[in-house]
Amino acid sequence: MSVEPLWGEVAEPLIRGIIVLPNNAAPSTIGAPTIEEETREEEALDVPWQVVVHNDPVNLMSYVIMVFQRVFGYPRDKAERHMLEVHHKGRSILWSGMREPAELYVQQLHGYLLLATLEKVY
Amino acid sequence: MEICRRKNQIEISELDPFLAELLRQIPASANREGAPAAEERIFSAPTNGSETEFRSEWRMYVEPELRRLFQTAAQTVAGDLEQLNGNEKNLANRTLRIPTKHADAWLNALNQARLVIAVKNSFTETELNDHLHSPIGSRRDLSLFQVNFYGFLQEFILRELEC
Repeated sequence: MSVEPLWGEVAEPLIRGIIVLPNNAAPSTIGAPTIEEETREEEALDVPWQVVVHNDPVNLMSYVIMVFQRVFGYPRDKAERHMLEVHHKGRSILWSGMREPAELYVQQLHGYLLLATLEKVY
Repeated sequence: MEICRRKNQIEISELDPFLAELLRQIPASANREGAPAAEERIFSAPTNGSETEFRSEWRMYVEPELRRLFQTAAQTVAGDLEQLNGNEKNLANRTLRIPTKHADAWLNALNQARLVIAVKNSFTETELNDHLHSPIGSRRDLSLFQVNFYGFLQEFILRELEC
């Protein structure tokens, strides 16, 4: 379906009435707006992100477990598994999903002084 | 030193002057002034990548909030520690009572202090895990003892929170 008839029948007389276009003026050639760049940005935000916690020799194991339980609402055994993964492998992915909540999780973890980063899932 | 839970308080009693002084040093130990490495650790980067725009936004909007959070925790602890103020000669057998509603502030301030001391002294993981370290013979040994003592307090507070 084309939008041109509507443009020609409705918009052009209106514009002529407002701007006082001469009758012999060429039809307007205003094109439809492009939103290509904005769409790309939204897609970038929709890409899954992950919240990663990194090993830190200072933070106590019991403290890290408590933080995981509080921030993510994980049961103790799951929080403990993640803590051990951080301890043995140096890092653990605690959560993945949309960017905005991931940022909030990282902020909360920093509030507890854990080393946490936001990473894009490739 | 004895530590136990009494109703809505954590009570640390039989505090000798040395341990009382270590407790009084918590807020000062958490101070990062003049220690860029400690500042960098406390306010660590939110990404490992090169998202410069996000990192500058983080510095602008998130870090001030974190700074306030850490400062409030340190102030709460400093307030509780005023119980230990007074005649230095009477520090023996002092008792410190921490309201359980201040437990989170204590956990946070103790963690700040432990992290800052560890960064300032560049303690290795081996050193931090050596709980059978020889008696204090240097400033560095004292700092390591301080980190472990604060860790012990954290462990106790955590246990009480779980109950």
